Amino acid sequence: MKARVHVMLKNGVLDPQGAAVQHALGSLGFDGVNEVRQGKVIELDLADGTSEATIGEMCEKLLANTVIESYTVEVL
Amino acid sequence: MKAAVIVFPGSNCDRDMAVALEAAGADVTMVWHKDADLPEGLDLVAVPGGFSFGDYLRCGAIAARSPISSALRTHVTRGGYALGVCNGFQVLTETGLLPGVLMRNAALKFVCKTVGLNVVTSASGFTEGYAAGDVVNYPVAHHDGNYATDPEMLKMLQGEDRVAFTYTNNPNGSVGDIAGILSENRRVLGMMPHPERAVDAGHGGTDGQALFRGLLGQLTRA
Repeated sequence: MKARVHVMLKNGVLDPQGAAVQHALGSLGFDGVNEVRQGKVIELDLADGTSEATIGEMCEKLLANTVIESYTVEVL
Repeated sequence: MKAAVIVFPGSNCDRDMAVALEAAGADVTMVWHKDADLPEGLDLVAVPGGFSFGDYLRCGAIAARSPISSALRTHVTRGGYALGVCNGFQVLTETGLLPGVLMRNAALKFVCKTVGLNVVTSASGFTEGYAAGDVVNYPVAHHDGNYATDPEMLKMLQGEDRVAFTYTNNPNGSVGDIAGILSENRRVLGMMPHPERAVDAGHGGTDGQALFRGLLGQLTRA
């Protein structure tokens, strides 16, 4: 089985990289980009039957730093 | 004083740290990250600067889950001293031994220069060699030194006199100009600037000596 973990900075945490990408889009002539937030996608190839709770534990213990990041798990 | 310096793949200030500690009179052992145990009878564990595990995932994240990090946690839990500099500070926040997180510098640039620091408190084994209000110069060299924490924790750190150093001229966007913080028991210090790179006239400054000498004085008395 496969799972995809999306890690994003929590709302309210300043994302300077996202802001830089937003400015770069603006300088390419793309108007109307109000905000860009940059995150990570982590794909996991897992033993069949791995529970969502176990994947959640992986996120809590390593994949996300929950002080500033939130995560969502998508089982594929 | 017995000290250990942890070495991760990608550490690059481990030897500088050992030299600074030895110059202050410490007996230093280097410890590889895969070791499950620290040497017996340690007073201080130093987590050096560098780019452990290539900064993969997040700075310090993989190092914080190394076997040696459990031993580090045990050492700190029983009241041992720990000093994390630069990547070492990032490792200490990732292990949860210090609060907050080090984010990408606000201007997105790697900063490599000597900066002025205000000594905010002299009430710790690390800073007792200074007077509160002293201004010292240490080098910084980091891409992710932007200290972030929520307003409640910031207030707590300031209220409990746990901010050890602030920048005189904030180079990375750190909240409250924070350059270094102490744990609740004041025996763990994490800081982005490098005191171990300011202990010899050849370094261009010796302001870091007082930190290592103070630590040695504190631990020799203990």
